[in-house]
Amino acid sequence: MAKQDRMSGNEAVAYAMKQINPDVMGAFPITPSTEIPQYYSEYIADGEVDTEFITVESEHSAMASVIGSSAAGARSVTATSSCGLAYMWELLYVAASMRLPITMAVVNRALTGPININNDHSDSMGARDSGWIQIYAETNQEVYDNFIQAIPISERMRLPIMVCQDGFITSHGVSNIELLDDEEVRDFVGEYEPEHFLLNSEEPYAVGPYGISAYYMEAKRAQAQSMKDSMAVIMDVANEFKELTGRDYGFFEEYMMGDAEVALVVIGSSAGTGKEAVDRLRGEGKKVGLIKLRVFRPFPRKPLAYAMCKVKAVAVMDKAESFSNSGGPLFNEARSSLYDLPNKPFVINYIYGLGGRDITVEDFYEIYQDLFVIYRTDDPEDVYRYIGVRDSRYRYE
Amino acid sequence: MAREFKQITKASEITENISWQEITTGTEIYEPATSLLVQTGDWRVNKPVMVWDKCKQCLLCYPYCPDSSIPVSKDGKRLDFDYDHCKGCGICAEVCPFDAIEMKKEG
Repeated sequence: MAKQDRMSGNEAVAYAMKQINPDVMGAFPITPSTEIPQYYSEYIADGEVDTEFITVESEHSAMASVIGSSAAGARSVTATSSCGLAYMWELLYVAASMRLPITMAVVNRALTGPININNDHSDSMGARDSGWIQIYAETNQEVYDNFIQAIPISERMRLPIMVCQDGFITSHGVSNIELLDDEEVRDFVGEYEPEHFLLNSEEPYAVGPYGISAYYMEAKRAQAQSMKDSMAVIMDVANEFKELTGRDYGFFEEYMMGDAEVALVVIGSSAGTGKEAVDRLRGEGKKVGLIKLRVFRPFPRKPLAYAMCKVKAVAVMDKAESFSNSGGPLFNEARSSLYDLPNKPFVINYIYGLGGRDITVEDFYEIYQDLFVIYRTDDPEDVYRYIGVRDSRYRYE
Repeated sequence: MAREFKQITKASEITENISWQEITTGTEIYEPATSLLVQTGDWRVNKPVMVWDKCKQCLLCYPYCPDSSIPVSKDGKRLDFDYDHCKGCGICAEVCPFDAIEMKKEG
């Protein structure tokens, strides 16, 4: 029986972890993810879980500890943010290349500098090429649901997975949430029974060997294949989850896209603000839509391209700057996915929300207005834009 | 033409001809002691040589060897070096209290 409650996104992750009751958690605190190990340590103190809670001296060690425990055969989780994720960097690649199904809650926060503790996506976007699956959430409910789905996705694929949410916005914002029973969660994730594991005395084996030039490229190609293959598994798990909860998940959510003329592509909590703008503009008779990307790795290249092709002009929103001189990471991949299609829309980029800068319904209004200009003029002008930044070239208040 | 492939399960099957479809998941190796298959001794520049007259069989060299290249017999006597795997680091010569191990240039 589903249970109604109210929780912050951090508590929702910790609660999902409690219901999963993993074998090992590598724990090191960093804002804004600190509450996750904090709540979890309370569950341990209260005897509600029997997880081995490894308190380490850094995020580098947090990741190292779960790499070790996962290779040993233990279901392993951890949580981090921002520079904590950056400090894990080297080991993210180790976890992915060893094909270890580690589940990590990432509470997205800007990277220094200037020093900043607020939300943007520069931490996980920077880790986009490390070989981890990345799933993002708009709401606390999605954070909870994604974390539970992450366990079977990663274990079936033998790939590590980041379950991302927006720091402070969902991590500390309390909202209504529908929780599953402990037993339902345990049935859904099942027992973890790896085929090979280091603590198996019947099968001595070696993990993480040296891979010289004669083998490295084959290893990487095989790893790339696993990321491709995970597309189907992500959908399988989403379908099983829908059967259990009635809640529908895919690579992305299409909001009012049926007859839309222009649309946004956005990741995370800002999609909620965007939907409010869509609702108001629809009330004014404007045909606008929104695509909220849930799965960034693997990148759902084809389905996303087809969804964007329903409209004539698309604004891709990046909550991370990549200093590439050609726009943010989501923009580049989304736009590139359209290249082979004959009737592709105009695609422009907005960098927004860096370091916790608010994005408002009015900001989205402005973006949709810009899109309608392109819709009428067929001229995208400069595709690499910012929204919500004070700019001396324009009047601002 | 496509080539038949099968998932590798034995370390001895891992060769420079295997395809990416054949390589083990995460490049794992499903058996122990596979370093015996690889002759790493040819990296050696210097070579330890026993001066058997001076050796008292104290066995101090044996636990110091980082490459398990000093075999010990069942009756507790060290044997000659495993030159297939000794990399000539010279630790054994350094720790020998009786100067029974001399380092010589390889080749």
